[in-house]
Amino acid sequence: MKPVFMTYTKKDLINLAVCMLLSVLIIPTFIKTEYWYTSILIPWLCLALATIGQQIVMGYTGQLALGAAGFMAAGAFAMFNLILRVPDLGFVGSLIVSGLIAAAFGILFGLPSLKVRGIYLMVATLASQFFIIWMIDKFGWFKNYDSSGIITAQDIVILGKPFTTPLAMYFVCLAVTTILTLLAMNMARGSTGRNWMAVRDMDIAAESMGVSLLRTKVQAFAISAFYCGVAGALFAFCYLKSLEPVAFDIKLSFKILFMCILGGLGTINGAFIGAAFILLFPVLLNAIGNNVFHGAIDATIISSIEQVIFGLLMIIFMIYEPLGMAKLWENLKQSMKSKLSSSGVKGVKTPLLKK
Amino acid sequence: MAYERKFKIGKPILEVNNISLAFGGVKAITDTSFNVLEHEVRAIIGPNGAGKSSMLNCINGIYKPQKGTVSFRGQVVPNITPNIMAQMGLSRTFQNLALFKRMSVLDNILVGRKLHTKTNFLEVALQLPKVKKEEKLNRERSEEIISFLEIEDIKDTPVGKLPYGLQKKVELGRALATDSSIILLDEPMAGMNVEEKRDMCRFILKVNDELGTTMVLIEHDMGVVMDISDRVVVLDYGKVIGDGTPDEIMANQKVIDAYLGVEH
Repeated sequence: MKPVFMTYTKKDLINLAVCMLLSVLIIPTFIKTEYWYTSILIPWLCLALATIGQQIVMGYTGQLALGAAGFMAAGAFAMFNLILRVPDLGFVGSLIVSGLIAAAFGILFGLPSLKVRGIYLMVATLASQFFIIWMIDKFGWFKNYDSSGIITAQDIVILGKPFTTPLAMYFVCLAVTTILTLLAMNMARGSTGRNWMAVRDMDIAAESMGVSLLRTKVQAFAISAFYCGVAGALFAFCYLKSLEPVAFDIKLSFKILFMCILGGLGTINGAFIGAAFILLFPVLLNAIGNNVFHGAIDATIISSIEQVIFGLLMIIFMIYEPLGMAKLWENLKQSMKSKLSSSGVKGVKTPLLKK
Repeated sequence: MAYERKFKIGKPILEVNNISLAFGGVKAITDTSFNVLEHEVRAIIGPNGAGKSSMLNCINGIYKPQKGTVSFRGQVVPNITPNIMAQMGLSRTFQNLALFKRMSVLDNILVGRKLHTKTNFLEVALQLPKVKKEEKLNRERSEEIISFLEIEDIKDTPVGKLPYGLQKKVELGRALATDSSIILLDEPMAGMNVEEKRDMCRFILKVNDELGTTMVLIEHDMGVVMDISDRVVVLDYGKVIGDGTPDEIMANQKVIDAYLGVEH
C-alpha cells in the first residue's frame, strides 16, 4: 500500500481519525460518570503507554526485560521532584525530563543485555525494579523527607491553567499518549524499528549487516524506559494522585508484561488491546459476581479466579497465538473481508499463490 | 568464446594470513593462508568438516582465530567484528539461513541498507524530511534488488513462510543491498534443485559482472564450482591442499585423494 501522508497509508489515517473522533468527541459527550475516567480510561492510557515501552524492548528488540514498574517509579518521583524543585520547567517540561531520567536508568539497566540473554536477562533486569524502589525508599530526599510514606501529587498546571477535573486529566493523558504512540509507530515502521527487529530475529546476521548490537539494544532500553517513565509520571499524577513506591511494585511490572504478551508482542495497537483487557477483565468479573451471583461469591475468590484465568490465557496464547490479541483481531478482520469478497466475484489474492 | 570482463581482476582485496582456529582441543583451521583478488569469483571447497564455514566466520569476525590475521585492501584489520567488516564493505550470507524470520522480504533487504541509513531514531520518530528522502532512496534500491532477483511477488511475505530456495535468494538480496565490494556466500545453493541452482549461478555471475562485486563462495556441487569460479581454494582438515584455477584443481592429486578418500 502506498503511503499518502508521511509513512501512513490511507487506511492508517482513517484508523487514526476514528480513534481521535472516539476519544476526543464521542467519549467525553456520552460518558459523564467520573468513575469511567478516574478508574478506567486514565489508567488504561497510562498503562498502555508503559506497555508500548515494554513492547519496544521486548516485542520489537526481543530482550526479555521485567522491570517496567521500576522505570515508572523513576519517572513518577522524578516528576514530583522536578515540579517541587524546578518549578520553572512547567508540567510538560518536567514530564519530558522525567522521561529522560528514566531513560538514563534504562541505559544503566539495559547494559546486561549485551552479555546475557533470555531468562537470565529477565533476572538481571529485575535489578531495576528493586534498585529504583529501594533507592526511593532509602533516601528521604526523593520523597522530600515526608514521613507519612504517601505523598500527595501536585496539581497539574499547564500554561497557568489547572487540569484537575477527571475529564481534564483524561485529556492530558490522551494528548501525551497520542503523541508518544505516533512517535513509537514512526520508529517501529522506520529504519529504527527494522534494526530492533533484526536484532530480535537474528542478532548475528544483524551485526553482519552493520547493525550495532550495543547501540541498538541500549537505544531500545533507553526509549522503553522513557516511555515507562512518562507513563509512570502520568500514572502517579493523573490516576493515583499520590506517590508511594509500593504502587510500583513487581506486580505492576508483571501486569505490564501480561498486557504486552496478551496484546501481541511486536505490535503497538496490541499495547492498547492488552492494557484494556487486563484492566477491564477484573471489572467484568466483579460485575458478574455482583449481578449474576449477587455477592454470593467472595471478593477474594473473584480476585483469585482472575489470577487463574490470566495464567490460563497466557499459556493458551503462548501455545496457539504467540502474536496475541492484536493478531486475533487482524485474523478476524481478514476472515470478515474474505467472507465479504467470496460472496462477490473475486477471492482474496494471496501473494504467494499469484505466481 | 572469451568475453571481455567489465571489471578486470585486480589486486588482492582480502588476504587471510596464517590463520589458526581451535575449539578447545579440536583444531578447525591450521595455519591457513590464501587471498581473494578484486572482482573475482573465488570458491572455497573441501569435504565436510574441512573448516570452510569456520574460515568465513573468521574472515567475518564471528570467530576470533587464535593466530593469524585478515587483511582488507592491503591493511591488517585489528579486532575484527562483523560490524567492522560490514563497514569496510564486506557482506555475507549464512549456511543455515540467518534471515529475520518475522519480517517481510522487503524489510529484510532494507536492513541490508543499514549502513546507508544515517538518520537517528529521533529523526525517524519525527519523520523529518531527510528521513523520508533517505527511506525513499533505500526503498528504491531494495526494489531494484528485488526485481533483479525476480522475487517481486513475494516481497511482502514474511520470510519465515517462504520455501528454502527462496529464502536463500532473499539472503543474497540482503547481502547485495549493502552495496558491499565483497560478498561471502556460505553454501548459497545447498538444498536447491538443478533449476534453482542454475538461477543462483546466474545471479552470482550477473552481480559479479555488472557490479564488479567480489564473490567468495563455499559450495559442494563440483560442477557448479568449476563452472563459475575464477580460482578455487581447497581445504581439508583445516589446511589448504590446493589453490588455483579450476583446471589446476581438477588435476591436483592431493585434491583428488581428499575427495576420493585415500588414507592419510
